[in-house]
Amino acid sequence: MSEQKKIINDFSITIATVNGSGSQTANTTILRALFKMGIPVSGKNLFPSNIQGLPTWYTIRVNKDGFTARRDEHEIVISMNQASFMEDLASVLPGGAFYYADHITFPINRTDISVYPMPIKELIKNTDVSPTLRDYIANMVYVGVLANILGIDIEKIQSALDFHFKGKPKPIESNINMVKAGAEWSAANLKKTDPYLVEPMDKTKGLIMADGNTAAALGAIYGGLQFEAWYPITPASSLAESLNEYLPKLRKDPEGKSTYAVVQAEDELSAIGMAVGAGWAGLRSMTSTSGPGLSLMTEYAGMAYFAEVPIVVWDVQRMGPSTGLPTRTSQGDLTFTYFMGHGDTQNVILLPGTVNECFEFGSTALDLAERLQTPIFVLSDLDLGMNQWMTNAFRYPDKPLDRGKVLWEEDLEKITDWGRYRDVDGDGIPYRTLPGNRHPRAGYFSRGTGHNEYAVYSENSKVWESNMNRLRLKYKTARTIVPKPIVDNSENSEVGIITYGSNEPAVYEARTILKNEGIPCDYLRIRALPFAEEVNEFVQAHKRVYIVETNHDGQMNQLITMELPDKATKFRSVCLDNGFSLSARWVKEKICAMEAN
Amino acid sequence: MVINLSNTNQIGLTKNDYKGLPSSLCQGCGHNSIANQIITACYELGVVPEEIMKFSGIGCSSKSPAYFLNRAFGFNSLHGRMAPLATGAIFADTSLKALGVSGDGDTASIGMSGFKHMVRRNTPMVYIVENNGVYGLTKGQFSATAEVGLNLKHQGTNPYMPVDICMEAIISNATFVARSFAGDAKQVKELIKAALNHNGVAVLDIISPCVTFNNQVNAFHSYTWGKDHEAPLHEISFVPRLDEIMIEDDFLPGTVTEVCMHDGYMIALKKLEKDYDPTDRWQALHMLEESQQNNWLVTGLIYIECDRPPLTERHNLTSTPLNRLTDKELRPTHESLDQINANMY
Repeated sequence: MSEQKKIINDFSITIATVNGSGSQTANTTILRALFKMGIPVSGKNLFPSNIQGLPTWYTIRVNKDGFTARRDEHEIVISMNQASFMEDLASVLPGGAFYYADHITFPINRTDISVYPMPIKELIKNTDVSPTLRDYIANMVYVGVLANILGIDIEKIQSALDFHFKGKPKPIESNINMVKAGAEWSAANLKKTDPYLVEPMDKTKGLIMADGNTAAALGAIYGGLQFEAWYPITPASSLAESLNEYLPKLRKDPEGKSTYAVVQAEDELSAIGMAVGAGWAGLRSMTSTSGPGLSLMTEYAGMAYFAEVPIVVWDVQRMGPSTGLPTRTSQGDLTFTYFMGHGDTQNVILLPGTVNECFEFGSTALDLAERLQTPIFVLSDLDLGMNQWMTNAFRYPDKPLDRGKVLWEEDLEKITDWGRYRDVDGDGIPYRTLPGNRHPRAGYFSRGTGHNEYAVYSENSKVWESNMNRLRLKYKTARTIVPKPIVDNSENSEVGIITYGSNEPAVYEARTILKNEGIPCDYLRIRALPFAEEVNEFVQAHKRVYIVETNHDGQMNQLITMELPDKATKFRSVCLDNGFSLSARWVKEKICAMEAN
Repeated sequence: MVINLSNTNQIGLTKNDYKGLPSSLCQGCGHNSIANQIITACYELGVVPEEIMKFSGIGCSSKSPAYFLNRAFGFNSLHGRMAPLATGAIFADTSLKALGVSGDGDTASIGMSGFKHMVRRNTPMVYIVENNGVYGLTKGQFSATAEVGLNLKHQGTNPYMPVDICMEAIISNATFVARSFAGDAKQVKELIKAALNHNGVAVLDIISPCVTFNNQVNAFHSYTWGKDHEAPLHEISFVPRLDEIMIEDDFLPGTVTEVCMHDGYMIALKKLEKDYDPTDRWQALHMLEESQQNNWLVTGLIYIECDRPPLTERHNLTSTPLNRLTDKELRPTHESLDQINANMY
């Protein structure tokens, strides 16, 4: 291999395994070791809805410039799965490298790539690991071979394993021994013929690696979460499971008593019902789910909207309609959530675009729920929620918890005429009391039926209208306090891109490529609905506005069109709906093609 | 000024302090008499009205929490979804008591799952089912507790077997299950008192005739049938600690079984025709099966278990109510987040 052919820190690795074979430990170990070497990385798990047996792929992108979006191409492929072997072999880019378990005996018909057989079975024979664990440990062989051929630091692999096994010496030792055996065998038997290498950098300082679901859970915990009810569903389960992991460590009082409760409900109808009960009674309350669960939650969400009960609903989106593709990512719940509930409803939605924002919105959502006395929906997705991302370290919240307009005994003493649904401040947000308040005028009767300012049942048309008008006024107030969009007008271009959520890295990278190709684009990332005024200003300032998203119908495009109907001719919908997150190349090609027209 | 002490209870409140808005249900509806017994039971127990949370679902029965304890907090929730709502709310302040009123449609049809899971968790609340075998608010359709063969004006004949709410509760591991009849005011009242002092879920299935849609003399859920066929298991009295001495005056020794509840309260059960032990789950199920076979309306305390911890106790909550905690208790330290960041990769 000549010096000039070296390609350093800029390629993708795809590892093809069988679901349930324990490869996740090996894959995240590679990811973490590269991260510890200071090289920007991202990892994506493409997995089937299955426990064991179906093909699974894990892709690691190594990129010196810090681009973390999914790529459609991969230079290095590791094949551990007979079932997908031929497909995997065909997928390697010319000039790339193909590593495979040598007990898979298909003919290898490509001469334009480097091929590295790995004697997995041979090497595990010599370990003292129990037979039940052998298949899991076997994955460490490819970690070792790859480390040797790419130049991954074994010490960094060691610390990744220390982290993964939480310092438990026995599994760490058997795993690292297998890594070393793989690396040593590779050094003695394989000759490197491909150009791909890693070298240490210093580009991960101040960054952490985390997934969005863990970040959301931690954000909620630091945001004073007190009650979570949930029902298991992919890809949202790990959010609640992270709460179960961290709450006992972080939220006990000095006597060891809990300042929170987590309840696993019997279904999503009950999960949100419990959350509404807790929110009504004054707890910082939340539930977490995905599309099918959200459908079931519609009933109580509508009631919480109308009875004005604060709750937070995290929707970690997967592909719909219906059961859809449970293990693939999507942004398909946007319009459904915006109007969720029968009758006239309009909901407040937060759209985190990074893992760090999942943390931040974990507490922002609870603040907004109590401030606005309404359900706050946070739309994350599988890509953001379940994959490992580099992100800025979590920042400690700098504002106190916003508990909203709550009256306790001493407050009621000073007020002669309190009505649960009276708009005293002109912002549409009334004052509420909480059960446990012993003041004789504190109690009131909440309901989903028509009610007057004093929460008493009413079928009077004027009362109904004025209540609905107040809810609209409250929504207007929401517009001024939800997170503002991120705007970059530095290109001073006539072309603008609007996007949201986990599309952010692909669009960010696509803008760099588009600029190089002579199409500089300004940028706006929506972080909440209702739309802030900045969205209107951005649209106003650009001739053509591409609205980039990950669903079939261009749902954000639909909502912006409704919001700004007189500017609809400016909008060009760019949407992908195939289960994958966006790649920069796809976004670039779409926009280039539409610009040419 | 002369204060008439006989009009106030031990905490100085009058019966008016326990009342609600005027009922908008039909005159003679069983639900109204149950609401009145809730008022009387709370008045006699000296419950602080603000220390009760009222819950309901949707239906005629679920309107009734508006007709008692006006000073209490209340939530008229969704059809069949009262159980989860109450489950969430009780975590906010465990010094409060939860009292829910549901109906047979609300509980045994649309809300069956939530009901049974609330029971399974031993969610600390009184759960009253005002059971009339019919959907009243939608004008007279069969409910899941309607007996097979029941004829209703616009519905024809019910071809299906009924759901027995007490049986459902017991097989879901309920810790307090009773059946009563709205026409038996004293029993209803004593059962409500006992239920309010039970440390766990207390299911009260009260046959409460619908005078408009299901009150034919031969219908299981009618006044006439109830009055003629009610077969109480025992004569029940709830005994607050203060009144312990009274038992010996009222009942002859040997005929009264005392069931100890938590906090030293007691239920005194005076034997009627047969021996019945409400702490025997097997006997309870057997009795219910026998009643169903014979179309008997057996009333009284069917099952009780006092030492199983309720849902909230399993969560080891702070002694200060959760809804009164402040930032200081709710937000972990800066250092703890630094530690998490250091471990995140």
